[in-house]
Amino acid sequence: MSAAELTPLQRPTDRLRRRKAVNRGMEFLAWLSAAVAVAALGIVVFSVARRGASALSFDFLTKTQVPYDPTAKQGLANAFVGTFVIVGLATLMALPFGILIAIYVNEFAPRMIRNGISFVLDVLNGVPAIVIGFFVFGLIVVAHGQSGLAGAFALAVLMLPLVARTTMEVLALVPNSLREAALGVGSPRWRMTLGIVLPQTIGGVLTGATLAVARVAGETAPLLFTSSLVAYNTSFNPAHPLQTVPVAIFELSESPDPTDHARAWAAAFVLLMFILFASLGARWLATRSRRKLGRAAR
Amino acid sequence: MSDQMKGDVVTVSSTIENAVRVETKRQPLPPRERLETVFDIQDVDAIYGSKPALKSVSMEVYKNLVTAIIGPSGCGKSTFIRCLNRMNDLVPGFRMNGTITFHGQDICGSDVDPVAVRRTIGMVFQRPNPFPKSIFDNVAWGLRVLGMKDNLSDRVERALTQAALWDEVRDRLKASALSLSGGQQQRLCIARAIAVEPAVVLMDEPASALDPIATQAIEQLMHDLKDQYTFVIVTHNMQQAARVADMTAFFSISRGAEGQRWGELVEYDATEKIFTAPSDKRTEDYVTGRFG
Repeated sequence: MSAAELTPLQRPTDRLRRRKAVNRGMEFLAWLSAAVAVAALGIVVFSVARRGASALSFDFLTKTQVPYDPTAKQGLANAFVGTFVIVGLATLMALPFGILIAIYVNEFAPRMIRNGISFVLDVLNGVPAIVIGFFVFGLIVVAHGQSGLAGAFALAVLMLPLVARTTMEVLALVPNSLREAALGVGSPRWRMTLGIVLPQTIGGVLTGATLAVARVAGETAPLLFTSSLVAYNTSFNPAHPLQTVPVAIFELSESPDPTDHARAWAAAFVLLMFILFASLGARWLATRSRRKLGRAAR
Repeated sequence: MSDQMKGDVVTVSSTIENAVRVETKRQPLPPRERLETVFDIQDVDAIYGSKPALKSVSMEVYKNLVTAIIGPSGCGKSTFIRCLNRMNDLVPGFRMNGTITFHGQDICGSDVDPVAVRRTIGMVFQRPNPFPKSIFDNVAWGLRVLGMKDNLSDRVERALTQAALWDEVRDRLKASALSLSGGQQQRLCIARAIAVEPAVVLMDEPASALDPIATQAIEQLMHDLKDQYTFVIVTHNMQQAARVADMTAFFSISRGAEGQRWGELVEYDATEKIFTAPSDKRTEDYVTGRFG
């Protein structure tokens, strides 16, 4: 073979042609997978909206449930209020605890304890929601009966690892040079944490909290045990069992009345929209805090 | 002595001449017995996990002088300077043997509060690390934490003036510290360190990330401030040590069996002596640029 036998660039070899074909095939597969994911969400939202559209109205959002009376003008205001109260209480319980756990684990705990707690949080995150519902049933409901508070407690147990883990992650992103700078001027550790480290993480913590809220707002299983034997009036009092959107969807879908089915779809649509906007809000908070850090880095 | 050796001596003295030309204001050292000891370091070993980083370092650091620590990469310069204000406490697995006293007080005992040590012994780090706050708050934060809240803005102004930054930032104290250039940020970090009025300022390669002009500004301010503070500076830039330091310590790497390596103090003397007439062959090899 002589050295002059170089292939001109215009005429690719067979090997090169095959490589290009494989590349195009793989790119198409990746594109297809992404399209399937987007399509799945699109189909869910579309079908939920289409079936629920007939029941969606202003009354649906503002009037209370009237069971066993298909002719009454009614809505699910009691469920929306109940979800708002229960999720709000759960956030109030889980957020401070989650943040404090993350601060302790990241800033103060020795490595052994840090690894241990991270593992425990991961396990807790993996516990099925219904098991947590059953646990709260044994802990609170058996002795004190169902209540919004019991439901909120169950959701808080679900939220706790989510909040703690995301906060730990953003705390780990704060550069150590900042901690050293704070300690270098003679600051005690707690002042460093409070004054220098935590302000850096607010955006991330809010994002984590918003995602956790979106996640537990759709939880049904823990509420079945803790807050489902409801009176159908709109109430803000968490001492009584409160109707919630996911439980209402579950109950309405089992009803023999087709207008109830439509109402279930409409409630599902409202829940979906809430989760969608909560996620968008979380993204907005995240990019805003990133932009703020980015501007700071320049 | 061979001709080769003489050639090296010529190189040394020309380096020193350069240094002296840049820094002509250096006072002659007072005799040792007139110097006040700030740090008395005895037989210090530093260990990370099971790896020794420093072995049996003993030296004294004197008041109102600039003491430079020079040596090749990995010789434990930074580890050493971070022992002086308990900064290594943050490193998991770090241990230290030996004693370090500050004006006769032990600072390494387990009963000593590292926070109290760091209040008296400030530190400036290799990379500028201002807080993501305003220029004013960067200097004021430490003052507020330490309860030095009287005349806050006067104290901030004085620190920024001492750090030769006041004229550049006086109109934008509310601006983010991160909008400053690297050299300005480092001078801000120096202002932050001296605002809380420490007795000693430790500097861990403060100019390694800076351009020559910013470096010169920082060397100048060390020179101007050394009658108020004691400076210990780690540098891998020998010219810098020759320009700013009154005393120079040369650290080097020793190798043991089984590929172990650790840093140790080879020679510690007046800067002139280290650069013109070192008594150890390894120091001479290093300052003449034959290794490191």
